[in-house]
Amino acid sequence: MNVQVVLKEEGSFVKGFISGEIDAFTAPILREKLATVQAKDGLLAELDMSEVSYMDSTGLGVIVAFFKNINAANGHVKLTGLSPRLKRLFDITGLGEIMDIETDDKGGN
Amino acid sequence: MRPFDYVEIRVPAKPQYVGVARLTISGLASRIGFTYDDIEDLKIASSEAITNAVQHAYSGVDEGEVVVGCALYPDKIEIMVADHGKSFNFEETKAKVGPYNEDQEVQFLREGGLGLYLIETLMDEVKVHHQDGVTVFMTKYVGEEQVEENVETISS
Repeated sequence: MNVQVVLKEEGSFVKGFISGEIDAFTAPILREKLATVQAKDGLLAELDMSEVSYMDSTGLGVIVAFFKNINAANGHVKLTGLSPRLKRLFDITGLGEIMDIETDDKGGN
Repeated sequence: MRPFDYVEIRVPAKPQYVGVARLTISGLASRIGFTYDDIEDLKIASSEAITNAVQHAYSGVDEGEVVVGCALYPDKIEIMVADHGKSFNFEETKAKVGPYNEDQEVQFLREGGLGLYLIETLMDEVKVHHQDGVTVFMTKYVGEEQVEENVETISS
């Protein structure tokens, strides 16, 4: 039960790899890590969530806070690699409509 | 003999134990034959309830416990989560838990936020009870879809 977050910044592009479980215990770790991303005009922040095996509302809260923060500075957040389970969590909470989400398209495996 | 197996988990009201309780419930649910998707739903719903209990019951006090009672029937699981560290008389508490009342639960809804919304969406029945803290009582049935499939087969 842990979460790993790796961030790579290149100019106005930030790529984040999140893996593990996001719950009440690990969400603060994720929040702290994402808070190190400097929101700025035109920033594209892409979070790869293909290795997230579990997430609940505590994780949604962190992602939404990050989304708001980046958007407020005219940046853009994109979530990629979501499993159908994870995508469903965003959909049933209505966040799927608001956020830019790309599901896992490894299709066929 | 009571018609269900009862398993009670008591964990310190600390975030690091939410995952421990979640894994236990996942194991219990697979015992009675829930599908992978249903078990994932149960994991989220029970984590939401336990997280609520951990976060709201003991603000400032770190000596509390959260009690999670699970009743396992052949066709369903009932999960009770209480933010006061007392063991349940499961049947007695279950009888006291009233029907869900939106007006009455507004305060809890606000505090629970997305969490309670997810519990309601992912479980089949949810009740909330206020007395000596908050108790969430939730039920999920095994293989409802399968039952519907059978009905369709018969009618055609």
